[in-house]
Amino acid sequence: MYTQGLDQAGKGGPDTREAESRAQLDAFQARIDAEEKIEAKDWMPEAYRRTLIRQISQHAHSEIIGMQPEGNWLTRAPTMKRKAILLAKVQDEAGHGLYLYSAAETLGVSRDEMVGDLLSGKAKYSSIFNYPTLTWADIGAIGWLVDGAAIMNQIPLCRCSYGPYSRAMIRVCKEESFHQRQGYELMLTLCRGTDEQKAMAQDALNRFWWPALMMFGPNDAASSHSAQSMAWKIKRFSNDELRQKFIDVTVPQAEFLGLSVPDAALWFNENTEHYEHSDIDWQEFFDVISGNGPCNRQRLAKRRKAHDDGAWVREAARAYADKKAAAEAAA
Amino acid sequence: MTRQEWPLYEVFIRTRSGLSHRHAGSVHAADDEMALNNARDTYTRRSEGVSIWVVRSDRIVASDPAETSAFFDPAEDKIYRHPTFYDIPDEVENL
Amino acid sequence: MSSDATLASYASRLGDNALILGQRMIELVAASPELEEELANANFSLDYIGQARMYYTYAGEREGAGRDEDDFAFLRPEHDYKNLLLVEQPNGHYGDSTVRQFLFESWYVLLLEALTRCSDEGISIIAARAIKEVRYHLRHSSQWLVRLGDGTEESHARVKASLDDLWRYTGEMFAPDDLDDEMRAVFNGPHLEVIETQWRENVAAVLAEATLDMPDDQWMASGGKQGQHSEHMGFLLAEMQHLQRAYPGATW
Repeated sequence: MYTQGLDQAGKGGPDTREAESRAQLDAFQARIDAEEKIEAKDWMPEAYRRTLIRQISQHAHSEIIGMQPEGNWLTRAPTMKRKAILLAKVQDEAGHGLYLYSAAETLGVSRDEMVGDLLSGKAKYSSIFNYPTLTWADIGAIGWLVDGAAIMNQIPLCRCSYGPYSRAMIRVCKEESFHQRQGYELMLTLCRGTDEQKAMAQDALNRFWWPALMMFGPNDAASSHSAQSMAWKIKRFSNDELRQKFIDVTVPQAEFLGLSVPDAALWFNENTEHYEHSDIDWQEFFDVISGNGPCNRQRLAKRRKAHDDGAWVREAARAYADKKAAAEAAA
Repeated sequence: MTRQEWPLYEVFIRTRSGLSHRHAGSVHAADDEMALNNARDTYTRRSEGVSIWVVRSDRIVASDPAETSAFFDPAEDKIYRHPTFYDIPDEVENL
Repeated sequence: MSSDATLASYASRLGDNALILGQRMIELVAASPELEEELANANFSLDYIGQARMYYTYAGEREGAGRDEDDFAFLRPEHDYKNLLLVEQPNGHYGDSTVRQFLFESWYVLLLEALTRCSDEGISIIAARAIKEVRYHLRHSSQWLVRLGDGTEESHARVKASLDDLWRYTGEMFAPDDLDDEMRAVFNGPHLEVIETQWRENVAAVLAEATLDMPDDQWMASGGKQGQHSEHMGFLLAEMQHLQRAYPGATW
């Protein structure tokens, strides 16, 4: 509820803030260490604010762009039940984008600015959504793998030190609890179906496995923001820890489906009780992140078109509201 | 084209009768009616509410975190406001 | 026609309106003018898909031939769909889809009110559920029509053109065919002439607030209720039925 709009009159924004003193920074870190939540209008280091704005807005953009690959199959969903489920899920993604933009807005950035950065290509979003959905099985693979990976990332964020982000994530995680299950159930139905359906499922796993692993971000050694984010309790586990956890729970799920994970070198290490896997193709990851994935241009073009096509509508609604307000003031 | 976004509204939801409205989140809307619709479509998709309040965010007056101690600490030493402050012999009932 | 056959056909036709309109709205996902409108649009399409499922399931029960909701939705030829031409019209721009929703929902809400009073319990129960949803849809589409009509010069001009374009599909809503007559005679179904009068009154009031003129009664298109559709319908069905047609008999 602490929003940009709540700034008291006469108080300066971040620009007029005095230099951050050692004492302030220490007091701030002490609050974090005591697991106190930071709220929007509390004093916070500029770098903390910037980190959060970057992370929350990227997260919001991912939800919004993430509507597209699944939306691609909405009109072709094979049954009425599947159509309703998928629509509800894609709608949740819009909702989650909205919650997250709102959380970022409490830090003094407008949704317009964030959307502007997305449309101009300046802002990043999760690399996974730049892969195409080519068959119906991809809808299952996204629910199972992509939402599975997302949940693993998101559950620790419910305890993030920043109150509005943490509250948004609690809501998101609660709502998303059905997403992964519906995806796995969809895969299960295909794997128990005809040979063609099973082949469809295997093909989807083949294409989404590695991109799903990349969702956790670069290896810890190469991750530029990790250490500070951990100290600020924005982040609670490292990229590699979460990725390993994901692999450990997902491989047995694939086996249950009767599908093979597309990694010939995958094996279970009895000593560590973890799966060992081949190296990830980081070149592909960095290519996709920097704009060169299969669908980057297509995804942004669609978002831009929706934004541009809607301009006259947003403008009309504002004009109408202004007229009404003027009429009421005159009355 | 001007890049002026719709104003922000805060959304408060009563989850069922008997409870007070509680802050749920915010939405953008061009006018009050739209804000109510948007709040309904965003925050009550899973039957979370029986009543919605929306209010323009810029109409909310909030206390300043910098004045937190001046605002709230003085209440801390008024322990005589709490029933546990008073020692009453156990034999006395119904107090 | 046996009374079961009447009810099956009638329920199936209601299902067709709901499904085809829901399908059109689904095409709007990730294309709305603002994020909040995404959520609204998805809510409405979910409502329509849900209604279609209830109507089809009931139609299947009355028909007694073992067809379920998916048989109705995905495995019929185009001529068997009896929805209004209005609901299959492409989304166009936001003004076009707003006007389509508004014209249809203004009618549908009245139809549902009448159907809650019909003597068939199956239909009246579905209508009672659907009308709660559609009253809200109509509130939304009416408010948006007013905003666009009384917004900017550009929005007024656009939405006026949408209204003029789509008006020709409203005649079909009020022209009773044999099925309407039978539904009315046997089950105390809706009286379409009465609905037309009320519809014109309600629509005129919203249009006035939107500073839009009611279009002159021009030539009216018809055929949807008899399964004679516009060219758009074939593509909508081809896309929607794709998986069921490509993999006959598979379970999804």
